[in-house]
Amino acid sequence: MKIFVCIKQVPDMASRFKVSKEGLWYDETDLAFRMNEYDEFAVEQAVQIKEQQGSAPDVTVLSIGPERVKEAIKKALAMGCDRGVHVQDNDSFRKDPWQIASIIAAFCRDKNFDLIFTGFQSQDRGSSQVGVLAAELLGIPCATTVVGFSLEGNTVTAKRELEGGVKAIVKTKLPALVTCQLGLNTPRYPTLPNIMKAKKKELLTLPVAELLQTKELTSTGTAYPPAKKGSGIVLEGDVNDLVEKLLSVLKEKTKVVK
Amino acid sequence: MKALLVCEFREGKLLDTTYELAAFADRLGAEKAMVLVGSESAVPAIDGKLYLAEGAKYGEYNPDAHKAVVLEAVKKEDPDCIVFLHSSYGWDLAPRVAAALRAGQVSEITDLRDGKFEVGFCNAKLRRTVVPQSGKMVLTIQSGAFSAAAAQGKAQIEKIDVSAGEKRLEFAGYEPAQKKEVDLASADVIVSAGRGVGKKENVAIIAALAKALGGELGASRPVVDAGWVDHGRQVGTTGQVVSPKLYIACGISGAIQHLAGMKKSEFIIAINKDKDAPIGEVADVLVVADVLQFVPALTARLQK
Repeated sequence: MKIFVCIKQVPDMASRFKVSKEGLWYDETDLAFRMNEYDEFAVEQAVQIKEQQGSAPDVTVLSIGPERVKEAIKKALAMGCDRGVHVQDNDSFRKDPWQIASIIAAFCRDKNFDLIFTGFQSQDRGSSQVGVLAAELLGIPCATTVVGFSLEGNTVTAKRELEGGVKAIVKTKLPALVTCQLGLNTPRYPTLPNIMKAKKKELLTLPVAELLQTKELTSTGTAYPPAKKGSGIVLEGDVNDLVEKLLSVLKEKTKVVK
Repeated sequence: MKALLVCEFREGKLLDTTYELAAFADRLGAEKAMVLVGSESAVPAIDGKLYLAEGAKYGEYNPDAHKAVVLEAVKKEDPDCIVFLHSSYGWDLAPRVAAALRAGQVSEITDLRDGKFEVGFCNAKLRRTVVPQSGKMVLTIQSGAFSAAAAQGKAQIEKIDVSAGEKRLEFAGYEPAQKKEVDLASADVIVSAGRGVGKKENVAIIAALAKALGGELGASRPVVDAGWVDHGRQVGTTGQVVSPKLYIACGISGAIQHLAGMKKSEFIIAINKDKDAPIGEVADVLVVADVLQFVPALTARLQK
């Protein structure tokens, strides 16, 4: 059994973001990067299947981007993936979801993966398109926003998260692609011995030009910070002063505190 | 400009979100047509042609079958854009339609700006405009971003019947939402814990403030997923939608799914270290502070 996981490296979302000089994306200066949160669930699910099946399945993890994304791949290897593929692309932020999906599909085409996991969306772009597009390009079924997963023989049973806490249970046969929602499992922290072991695992680098054969279908016009909405008050300073200030606002504006 | 609106239907009911799609089409100044896999007894009250495929034949949402129906409506109507809500239905189906049409997709549109589509990125801390480069466009709009149009028209029904094809994904039933431990919707005051509380033990600090204010404890999704707070207290699209007199968000950054569940609260206070957190966009007061320092101080002062 061959399992494939697609991951992305994204900035820490608690960062302060500025628009880049070019005006199309965020400025990377001073940002700390990490594995996209949704993708941690994808990696964990792949590794759990490997463990459930006595280590027999082979797990490949792929990431597209500049040199720094190797750190995310190394984390996935330390979590238990077998080999990494780095699609070297310093301009990956310019690629639209269609192109990213095309790159993934081009890599997968002759590999016969049985099961592909991606995150439901990336935390930075958040298009939630790439997984579904890749499945469509590969001609395999796909379940999105999955919060429950089990595999019996050749049959996948997945729980899709719908609005209001309702879940839809769907079944499909392998090969299939699943996009992982937060809460699907509990992603593990890599242990030190596993981090050391991961250093010896194969990490293949491919230039993006070898895999990209499509033009973009959407492009960014301009990027800008959101307009400050509403008349919200911002309180800053010493904690005890803040408590007094907030209490006086509460007394004035609400009937909750008298 | 012609827009094909893809209406949502679940368990015998047309979802109200259809009227948000209509409002978006009106903003675009587009002529409206609709497609629905559903029933003649529950069609949208919107002027325009409605391509109706009998739900009984296709069952509950099935990606292959619904894609075939939407593509048939696209063939008949030849729209410039195909519009979905960015929901569990829309984000699942839209890319399948886009791939089949080789059309560019713009996801989770929040507004129109200079005739271009505005979307958020980096957890809505930045915005950008997106320009499709293809003939047809597939669009998904953010839930709640476009106020629903009035239900005062009449759709002209044209039935379509296409082969549902091979259903590679089989629908095997719904699992109902977990029983609510508390009915947050009836609380006057809700104090919610977010990821910023750091660990499970610290939830007690937030619960103490809720108690001091005579309110209920709520939580954001990551806190519930981590098992720190029971799902019955989750506020947001996949939890409860609330509008108390006072909502205090403690260490919650403000993902759109959370905002959609609480932004109609009468008065909103956000306590967050991050001055740029998107929760600030809906807050009446943003207290820039560490929740673990500020909340105990506020609780102690209230108890005096």
